[in-house]
Amino acid sequence: MSNVPADLKYNKSHEWVRTLADGTVEIGITDHAQHALGDLVFVEVPEAGRVLKAGEPCAVVESVKAASDVYAPLAGEVTAGNPRLSDEPETVNTDPYGEGWLMRLRPAPGALTGAALLSAADYQKVLDAEGG
Amino acid sequence: MAFIPHTEADVAAMLATIGVARIENLFDEIPPDLRVKSLAGLPQELNEMEIGRLMTERARADGAPLTFIGAGAYEHHIPAAVWAITTRGEFYSAYTPYQAEASQGTLQLIYEFQTMIARLTGMEVANASMYDGASATAEAALMAVRANRKSKSARILVPTTLHPHYRKVAVTTAANQGLKFEELPYCTAEGVTPVASLARYDGQDITALVIQQPNFFGCLEDVDALTDWAHAHAILVIAVVNPTSLALLKPPGEWGARGADITVGEGQPLGVPLSSGGPYFGFMATRMDYVRQMPGRIVGRTLDVAGHAGFTLTLQAREQHIRRARATSNICTNQGLLVTAATIYMSLMGPQGLARTAAAAHARARELVAGLTRVPGVHLAFSSPYFHEAVLQLDRPVAPLLRSLASRGILGGLDLSGYFPELGHALLVCATETKTSADIDRYRAQLSELMQAARAA
Repeated sequence: MSNVPADLKYNKSHEWVRTLADGTVEIGITDHAQHALGDLVFVEVPEAGRVLKAGEPCAVVESVKAASDVYAPLAGEVTAGNPRLSDEPETVNTDPYGEGWLMRLRPAPGALTGAALLSAADYQKVLDAEGG
Repeated sequence: MAFIPHTEADVAAMLATIGVARIENLFDEIPPDLRVKSLAGLPQELNEMEIGRLMTERARADGAPLTFIGAGAYEHHIPAAVWAITTRGEFYSAYTPYQAEASQGTLQLIYEFQTMIARLTGMEVANASMYDGASATAEAALMAVRANRKSKSARILVPTTLHPHYRKVAVTTAANQGLKFEELPYCTAEGVTPVASLARYDGQDITALVIQQPNFFGCLEDVDALTDWAHAHAILVIAVVNPTSLALLKPPGEWGARGADITVGEGQPLGVPLSSGGPYFGFMATRMDYVRQMPGRIVGRTLDVAGHAGFTLTLQAREQHIRRARATSNICTNQGLLVTAATIYMSLMGPQGLARTAAAAHARARELVAGLTRVPGVHLAFSSPYFHEAVLQLDRPVAPLLRSLASRGILGGLDLSGYFPELGHALLVCATETKTSADIDRYRAQLSELMQAARAA
């Protein structure tokens, strides 16, 4: 049974979004996603300043058995990639909702409200439907 | 691991297992009208005896000329053991095995090849090889665009002194992927790229700078200053090098304060005979920081479940079978047979042997230049130091002289007038350790005679 914190937003491709106090958002991959990938050996995060469209591939998570693209859940400008992950990619496995965040984003005007993000309950339904 | 073809019984057993009557049925999904019945322009098949005779006759038509052409492919002595070992059944397959880890010997050989290339270039990691030097240069440009995340322009600075074929292949391969190749001028007195000419790019967004050493003219570029200029402007450096020269010259990993970022080159001088343009092989090496952006296969050394050392394909998430359209490259193979020869060549020569080969080749080239420039109407084009090939300028067109020399069994060099018309009647000549003083004197005497006759006419 995957951990799905109630205070986050999600999308169907298994990214989570946390709204921070300064209006920026933090993005990562869910516990379900890290578990499905297995032990991560490499994470590539975007450079600060990169402008992303919603749905654009913006990071790569590579495990011993696969590499997956991470898609931007909403449009915005990257304010930071998690610098820790270049040396400690396994942080995504051990703490996917905390120290294992991938990037921070300043949402484009209206992007946060406009993005069709899921509540924890709805994301849980997606997982249930996938058999997860 | 031996390579043994399937017997008819093997094929029948496999078809029975999957419930298919004939191999032809596996292609049923291709509509009949899309199938090519016969290939126009291809002659009838020949059996081994017939093809052997045809090829012998063609080879005889080439003769056994004395060659002074370099320009990217170099005639070196190849110890007899190199191809005697390479053509053993255990090695004699030109392809990467599909069940790679079942062929531990092949993987060990590739691993040793990678190690040798990394040491020769002074880089941290090398791949299992590329198709040739030109396509490796194109792949290096594409890789630089992925690796230089500070640059958004995909602009690649390419000196005019880069091999013209390499530039053409790079443009063909990468221009449609959004890369913009911009030519840097060279100094016609020195035959190298003036570092000062780069100042006009200060402050611009440039992704990478290509530096060929020695350059197409055989001249030695100021690689330290070029590399440091590039790095000061957050530009990656792509080194294009002749592997033989690295036994004497500073390896790209030591260029400037930080070394080149990506190193590629043509591997043919390492034990591969001249062969009408190929097949040859390319090599590529880089920093560990950029290894995930490198194309091609990479073999790693590891421990198996029982703790024994073994070899495995590694970092495969870069490749097509995992990343699909977002793979680093469409190359998913290596030049296995030629890499086998090169690895055996390097192991037989050792660092000292390669250095002696390079020094002997260069000594012959100096002797050649000294001899030919004694001929009235011939002079050395550039003042820069060179490595085992150089550009001469003549007082009359080069092509008729080369034709006459060829009829006398001498391939006198490459006519540059089509590539570099601004150099006038320019001829690129090369000598390696395979040439003797008598060979060089024969060329000098024939050229002198031909030029004298042309002047009298």
